[in-house]
Amino acid sequence: MRSDTPDAADTSEAADGPAEADAPDATDAADAADAVTDSTSSDAAAEAPSRAELAARVEELEDAIAAATADDDGKKMSIIATKGTLDMAYPPLILASTAAAFGYEVTVFHTFWGLDILHEERSKNLKLSSVGNPNMPVPNVVGALPGMDRVTTSMMEKKIDDNDTATIEELIDTSLEMGVEFQACQMTIDLMDYDEDDFYDGVTTGVGAATAIQDLAEADIQLLV
Amino acid sequence: MSDAFDITETLDVKGASCPMPVVQTKSAIDELETGDVLEVLATDPGSMSDIDGWAAGTEGVELLDQAAGDDVYKHYVRRTE
Repeated sequence: MRSDTPDAADTSEAADGPAEADAPDATDAADAADAVTDSTSSDAAAEAPSRAELAARVEELEDAIAAATADDDGKKMSIIATKGTLDMAYPPLILASTAAAFGYEVTVFHTFWGLDILHEERSKNLKLSSVGNPNMPVPNVVGALPGMDRVTTSMMEKKIDDNDTATIEELIDTSLEMGVEFQACQMTIDLMDYDEDDFYDGVTTGVGAATAIQDLAEADIQLLV
Repeated sequence: MSDAFDITETLDVKGASCPMPVVQTKSAIDELETGDVLEVLATDPGSMSDIDGWAAGTEGVELLDQAAGDDVYKHYVRRTE
């Protein structure tokens, strides 16, 4: 029946006739429902495009798909990095470098404390907070004592070293080599009173939220870390 | 296992942990020619799943074989384009 629809459209005036004639004959609810259905389908048939119109539409859509895929031959990932503690500096860098290995075009937009990851000097001294994380080996009340952040950071740094886990600097260098684009939020640079020279070579400065939105809109994977 | 193909080059990433085995494998395979086979030696147990997943999701590479030894995990990747 369905495949006949385009043909039915050509004889839509004839199709309309019986449907309208059926409706008044309906005496119970079921018949009325059938009549409504019949009437709807014949209306649809009346409005259904012809084969030629469908063929033209298919061609139009095929062109649109071809244009869309031609424009999007590379996979993209966009990450927004907002945190600057030692533990939270890792995920965006690990995911960025790995995605680059998969062939993704990766941008990481660093804003607020996330900017410290790109700061050549500060990135080597990122701290681990000793409070606020119940998985820490010290109770929060002890963690809040002066100097405890330094203790927990040293513990973490030792673990990183013992385990041969890459350092933040190594991950940044590797990511840059792999073609990852690191962007430093200009508003945060001004806010923190940083200088453009404070960042690793290859970091993009002078970018704002609109750049991030553009990257996010084009990306296959978007992450806020 | 390795007699089905000739190893062009060996990459030693023993000691390195995530994400370095995958990242360095990618860099090393980029240096090879089409058809070449890279042998990757890793101690990271996660490399078994990671290199498998990376090869499946990356164009131009094919995972030929993986072998989990006592301490060393071996991976054989061919560059296909």
